[in-house]
Amino acid sequence: MGGNFFTNYVEISAVVLFCIGFSTLLFHQNLLKKIIGFNIMDTAIYLFLAAKGYIADSDPAIIVDGILDAGRYVNPLPGALVLTGIVVSVSVTAFSLALVLRLYEKYGTMHMDEILYLSREDR
Amino acid sequence: MRRLSENEFRIIRRFRRLYAVVAALVCLMMISLLFLTVSNLPIFGEESNPANNEVVERYLEKGLEETGAVNITAGIILDYRAFDTFGESTVLFLAVAAVWMLLKKEEKEIRVLMEETLTYAPKEDVIFRTVARFLTPCILLFGIYIILNGHLSPGGGFSGGAVMGSGLILYNLSNGTARTRRFLNEKVFTRVVMGALFFYALAKSYSFFTGGNHLESLIPLGTPGSIFSGGLILPLNIAVGLVVACTGYGIYALFARGGL
Amino acid sequence: MQLIQNIPFISIMLSILAGVFCFASKAKLAERLTLGALAAITLMSAALLAELWQTGESFIFSMGHFPAPWGNELRAGVFEALMALAFSVVMLLSLIAGRERIYDDIAPARQGLYFLMINLLMSSLLALIYTNDLFTAYVFVEINTLAACAIVASKDTGETITATIRYLIMSLLGSGMLLIAISLIYSVTGHLLMDHIRASLEILAAKGSYEVPLAVVILLISVGLAIKSALYPFHTWLPTAHGSATTASSAILSGVVLKGYVILLLKIFYRVFGLEFIHQLQVANLLFAFGLAGMIFGSLYALREHNIKRLLAYSSVAQVGYIFMGIGLSTATGTVAACFHILAHAITKPMLFCAADGLMETSGHSRQIHDLKSAGHKNRLAGLAFTAGSLSMIGIPLFSGFVSKFYFATASLESPGKMVMTLLVLALSTLLNAMYFVPVIVTIYAHEDEGLAQGEELSFADQFIPEAEPEETGEPPLVHKSPVSYKLTMILFILLNIFLGCAYGPVLEIIERGLLMF
Repeated sequence: MGGNFFTNYVEISAVVLFCIGFSTLLFHQNLLKKIIGFNIMDTAIYLFLAAKGYIADSDPAIIVDGILDAGRYVNPLPGALVLTGIVVSVSVTAFSLALVLRLYEKYGTMHMDEILYLSREDR
Repeated sequence: MRRLSENEFRIIRRFRRLYAVVAALVCLMMISLLFLTVSNLPIFGEESNPANNEVVERYLEKGLEETGAVNITAGIILDYRAFDTFGESTVLFLAVAAVWMLLKKEEKEIRVLMEETLTYAPKEDVIFRTVARFLTPCILLFGIYIILNGHLSPGGGFSGGAVMGSGLILYNLSNGTARTRRFLNEKVFTRVVMGALFFYALAKSYSFFTGGNHLESLIPLGTPGSIFSGGLILPLNIAVGLVVACTGYGIYALFARGGL
Repeated sequence: MQLIQNIPFISIMLSILAGVFCFASKAKLAERLTLGALAAITLMSAALLAELWQTGESFIFSMGHFPAPWGNELRAGVFEALMALAFSVVMLLSLIAGRERIYDDIAPARQGLYFLMINLLMSSLLALIYTNDLFTAYVFVEINTLAACAIVASKDTGETITATIRYLIMSLLGSGMLLIAISLIYSVTGHLLMDHIRASLEILAAKGSYEVPLAVVILLISVGLAIKSALYPFHTWLPTAHGSATTASSAILSGVVLKGYVILLLKIFYRVFGLEFIHQLQVANLLFAFGLAGMIFGSLYALREHNIKRLLAYSSVAQVGYIFMGIGLSTATGTVAACFHILAHAITKPMLFCAADGLMETSGHSRQIHDLKSAGHKNRLAGLAFTAGSLSMIGIPLFSGFVSKFYFATASLESPGKMVMTLLVLALSTLLNAMYFVPVIVTIYAHEDEGLAQGEELSFADQFIPEAEPEETGEPPLVHKSPVSYKLTMILFILLNIFLGCAYGPVLEIIERGLLMF
């Protein structure tokens, strides 16, 4: 492992969360659990991205008292990117949940294998 | 909807075991790759990181005078990198249109699922109804406050819109759909969402057009710190807030009843 | 800044606005809006291409009042204008040819929303072509994913919704990898605009720092975008998604959506990393290997298919393999050949899907190949279009497919290490293409009175099924007259294919010049 393994603890926790989400996605056959896994993965990526903006001993990026010094404030750009990302994640989750609901109405199950099998017979 | 036979289950289970082994290998590979990468990245929170370069300097030092917003993040998402935010609003709109396409039911079917015909509905619960009567106006007011002050303090259209959306859902749960439909039905929803997006597209097109062609923008920036400042940021925050609030409520209604 | 340089920005805004208006419109109005917007974008892209070809330079359009690393920007050159023109033409023609099927397959309440998705799909493709910023690319990749999944799910049968959820899950995996890669790039360089990242990366490469993160970034981007463009081992979502959707959706998905991601990958390789960096890291060889595997396995799977739409979908897997093989050759000629194949496939595959739809109509909407017997005589134009498309896929001279294969072979001569493999696999895959397209052509032109008993070949796969009893359907097949718009569109498709196959010189020159100023 490289040198900064123990100092980058936020990024490490983001990677651990990502892998938890990724394994949930791959190992569970229930569609709702796959979607939960997805959400955990996406949240982990946003944690990773948001951590890029942190500077130790700095204030949030709201200008107070007219002080316009770049060294005083946190980097606001990653926060702006995460804002966009969260909305994208919400939209995608809404769409996939709607799909799961329709699949349940049609096939009566949320198990991926059963659905694949039953849909193959519909063809 | 038929159940699978024993034989079919056996075939599926055998394939599953092979799949589990391959999936475990892929997961392990992914974990080790990412650990290796992260341990080679710049140290967390250091001021001398590559991410803190001249880009951020200008955002922080000149952000207030160039965009008029005290909240630099609002200035970034609605002025410097406004095209990304435009794409993001489009994603939200696309999601609600896609959920509408999948889950929308006819009016007769919606009526079946409205609370008036259900044996148990949240609005019958006394504790819930009473508490909601106090909370809903506070939540909605707080949401409006967050939207309007997006460029002066933490907040903005997205967070304020999310709060307002929750307030609307709470109102719907505690008062029933018939009463909610008096002010928020399908026609109002469609008009608000389309109107807000159309206004956003026009306003931003003006900004992109003048910027790309190196023309002067005629929008005044106002005095920093007052509520009518920041050029287009306040109207855009309001538009985004409306879209997010309606979208939040709309997606909830489509899932709960199949329509507004 | 001249007015014509506003065209990329106007095209993107126009399609998004058209999409917003389709939300509450009735189907006919939404259709007219969509077709109008697409026609306008076609004309504007053609004008932009003509202008840029004359001046010979690319330009930058900043989105907002702030220059590059602080604000967003669009960049347009000859290559981008050509791709935008090709994509809008293909979408326009596919929509017109498939419009009857749209009105049959999709419920009336949802037809307006279908056109909304098409408009937003067009806007996201244009944004992917023109953008110069990585994060904007990610946001529009998500719009692309959602819109593409929605146009598959619009048909609302069990098969399509299952296909959609599979497509969505795998697509989101790809987007997730792209986002991690963008975060890693940001943490190492601090920039999001492509040209500025390139400058920082050159400094970092000179110092030799952050080697592991950068290698992982390239790997993640390649795998993520390969999943989304259905490169071989990641193609499992494609056959059901493209095979079960309505015709216009299948045509648009196969023809343009897959290619949008390939163009983004090319952009990232050229503008963010620069070709030398890519060669150092052997990623091109990985893509080359997967491309070769895709060419063979895609065709092998297609041989087993009885369903004509799934056969065409597996053929798309093989063709995407061609494109990645061209990129993996790591030479300028290879990339030019790959881009020409993007155009050739974008024109041919929608034509094949629409022609198959016309043939299926005359045989009672059955998708099985043996039910399409003598359909070519009942619907002459569809049969002709299907034959033209198949000949182009196989690589017969006069059609565009021949020019791409010829150029792939020429490009492989420049890299001696990969030459033998490429030529062998090209020959093998041409043979395989012929093995599954020719029996279909024979079937559709067989005559009614010649029966199964005379041992006639149907599809390649049908040779191995036991002889079935000829079933009595009880009704004569419907003699369906295709509308004039369908016929015109099919003729246009055939003419475009022949044009691309014969007048390929100027097109190749445009691609070459465009890639130089990329």
